[in-house]
Amino acid sequence: MSATTAHAGAAPAAKDGRFEPVILAFTCNWCSYRAADLAGTARMKYPPNVRLVRLMCSGRVDPAFVMRAFADADAVILTGCWPADCHYRIQNVKALRRFILLRRVLESMGIEPQRFQRFYASAAEGQQLAAEFDRIVEEVRALGPLDWAGRHAAFVPSATPPGAGVGEARAAAEARAAAPPPAERELAEVTA
Amino acid sequence: MSAKPRLAMYWAAACGGCDIAVLNLGEALVEVGSRFDVVFWPAVMDAKYADVEAMPDASIDITLFCGGIRNDENEHLAHLLRAKSKILVAFGSCASEGCIPGLANLSTLDEILDASYANETTDNPDGVRPVPAWRENGVTLRIPTLAPLLRTLDQVVPVDYTVPGCPPETKRIEDVVELVGKALDGTAVLPPRGSVLGAGHSTVCDECARERNVKKIGAFRRVTEIATIDPTLCLLEQGIPCNGPATRDGCGALCPAAAAPCIGCYGPADGVLDYGARLMSAFASVVDADEPERIEVILDGIADPVGQFYRFSLASSLLRGGREAMDQAHRGRASAPVGSPAANHPAPRLGRTPPSAPMLDVLGPQDHVPQRAPTGPEPPAPTLEPVGGPAR
Repeated sequence: MSATTAHAGAAPAAKDGRFEPVILAFTCNWCSYRAADLAGTARMKYPPNVRLVRLMCSGRVDPAFVMRAFADADAVILTGCWPADCHYRIQNVKALRRFILLRRVLESMGIEPQRFQRFYASAAEGQQLAAEFDRIVEEVRALGPLDWAGRHAAFVPSATPPGAGVGEARAAAEARAAAPPPAERELAEVTA
Repeated sequence: MSAKPRLAMYWAAACGGCDIAVLNLGEALVEVGSRFDVVFWPAVMDAKYADVEAMPDASIDITLFCGGIRNDENEHLAHLLRAKSKILVAFGSCASEGCIPGLANLSTLDEILDASYANETTDNPDGVRPVPAWRENGVTLRIPTLAPLLRTLDQVVPVDYTVPGCPPETKRIEDVVELVGKALDGTAVLPPRGSVLGAGHSTVCDECARERNVKKIGAFRRVTEIATIDPTLCLLEQGIPCNGPATRDGCGALCPAAAAPCIGCYGPADGVLDYGARLMSAFASVVDADEPERIEVILDGIADPVGQFYRFSLASSLLRGGREAMDQAHRGRASAPVGSPAANHPAPRLGRTPPSAPMLDVLGPQDHVPQRAPTGPEPPAPTLEPVGGPAR
C-alpha cells in the first residue's frame, strides 16, 4: 500500500509536463480499503495520484473532512460498502445522503462535481476499484488543478491595475475629469 | 484625565444592528457610561480617525469591533484598533464570521458593482462607477477601495474574544458588561483568550422547548408552505429546515419558540470546525430515503443550500478560503495548540494604568481560570501587547 504512505501534499512527478492531480480517497475498513488491499496483493495497478484514508466506515466521513481535504487536494473520492452490506447496518446510506447534499453545496460554491465522486467497492472488487480510480484520475486531470490562488484572483477585477479603482470606472472617470465639469456636479462647498 | 477604563466601539462592514443592540441596554447603558470612558464610538458620537491614531498604543482597554473587513478603510481601522486596544472583541456575527455581507463572497467584485450600478433597476445612463479618488475644483475627494472578498476580523488581526449573534441579544450584552465590570473590580476573571463571551457552549436545540423525537424527514418545506405548524413539535421533524443543531445557544431559542426556524445567527457551536458542514451532516442524516433518486427529490426541498447552510458563516467557511482559511482555522480561536507561542502570552489586564500605579491584574492564577466547557485543547490567554503591528 505505497499509496497510503505517500506524502499527501506532494503531487506525483509530472510525466511529459502533464498535470498530476492529488486525489484523496476515503475508504472503509471492511470493504473498499480491503478492495484496495486486494488490488495491491494481486499487483493490479492504479494511479499513484490517489491517496487513501482508511476509516472504520464511510459513515464516519464528516462533510468537514471533505472541505478540509479540498484545501490541499484536487479531488475527493468517497468509497464504501454496497447498500445492505455495511458493517454498521445503515451508516453507508447516511454517507450517501451526506454525499448528495454536500455535492450540491460544493457545486453552488464553484467546485465541479467531477472533483467529488463516490462509488461502492466490496472487499472482492479490487479490479473495479482500480478501474474507478483510473477513470476519476483522468477526469480530474482533464479539469486541471483546483487552484485556490487562481480562484481568489478571479475575484479581483482583471481590467484594473492594483489600487487604481474598479473595472472600467477609472477610464470613464478620467475621461470625465478631462472634460470641463458640468454645472450640476459642482462641489464648490467641499473644503479640504 | 479620567481614570475610568476606556471603551471603544466601531462598525466596519456591518448594518449598525450591533450598535442598536448595545443602545437597547437602556438603563444599563447609563451604567456603561458611568463605568467607562467612551473614547470612540462613531454610531453615537463624533470622532475622527486622527484622534484614534493619536492615542498611545494599547491605551483603549476594550474595543467592541462590529462588522467584517470589506474595504481598505475597514482594514485600516482593524489594524489601528488592534494596536490601540488591550482587548479586541469581535462583536456580532459580521466581525466573527462574515454574516450577511459575507454572502457577497459568492460574487466577484464586478458582479457586485453591476448589481448596484448597472442592472435593470438602476438608472445610470453614464455608467458611473465609484472611483477611489476624484479631483474637483482643486479638491481631491476619496472613498475607500473595495476588497475582492469580505474577511472576518480574525482573518485580518488577532482577536481576543468573540461575542456572537446577529445582533447579540441585549441580555447577553448585559452579561458581558457585567463580566467585564466584575473583572475590573477583581471579583471575576476573564476567560482565556479566544473564548466566546455572551453565549453558551451547546446548541440552540438544547435551549429549545420543543419536543424532540427520532427524526425522519420525508420532505423539506418552507414555513410558508405549511398550513399549520405544530406548536410543540421540533420544527425539523415537521420538515422545516431549522439550523438549531449546529448553532450556538445563548439567544434563548427565540425563533423556534415563535415557530420560525433557527437561521443560525449565533454561529457555530463549540467544537464545530465548519458550521455548514455540521449542519449538512445533521440534515442529511435524517433524510428518510435510501435510494439516490429519492434522496435527491427530498433534498430539492432545500431551495438554496448555500444560503441555508452558510447564511451567516460563508466568509469563515473552510471551503471558501481554501488553504488560507484552513491555516486560519489552525491558528484561530478554536484550535490553537497547547504549548504554541501564543499559549504563553501574558494574562489579560484591564483597567487604566495611572503612572506609578500597579496595573490591575484581573486574570488570576491559571488554576482559577474557568475552563471552557467543550472539546479541543485549551486556548491561550489573551495578549494585551499590541499585536496588530503599527497603524498604517
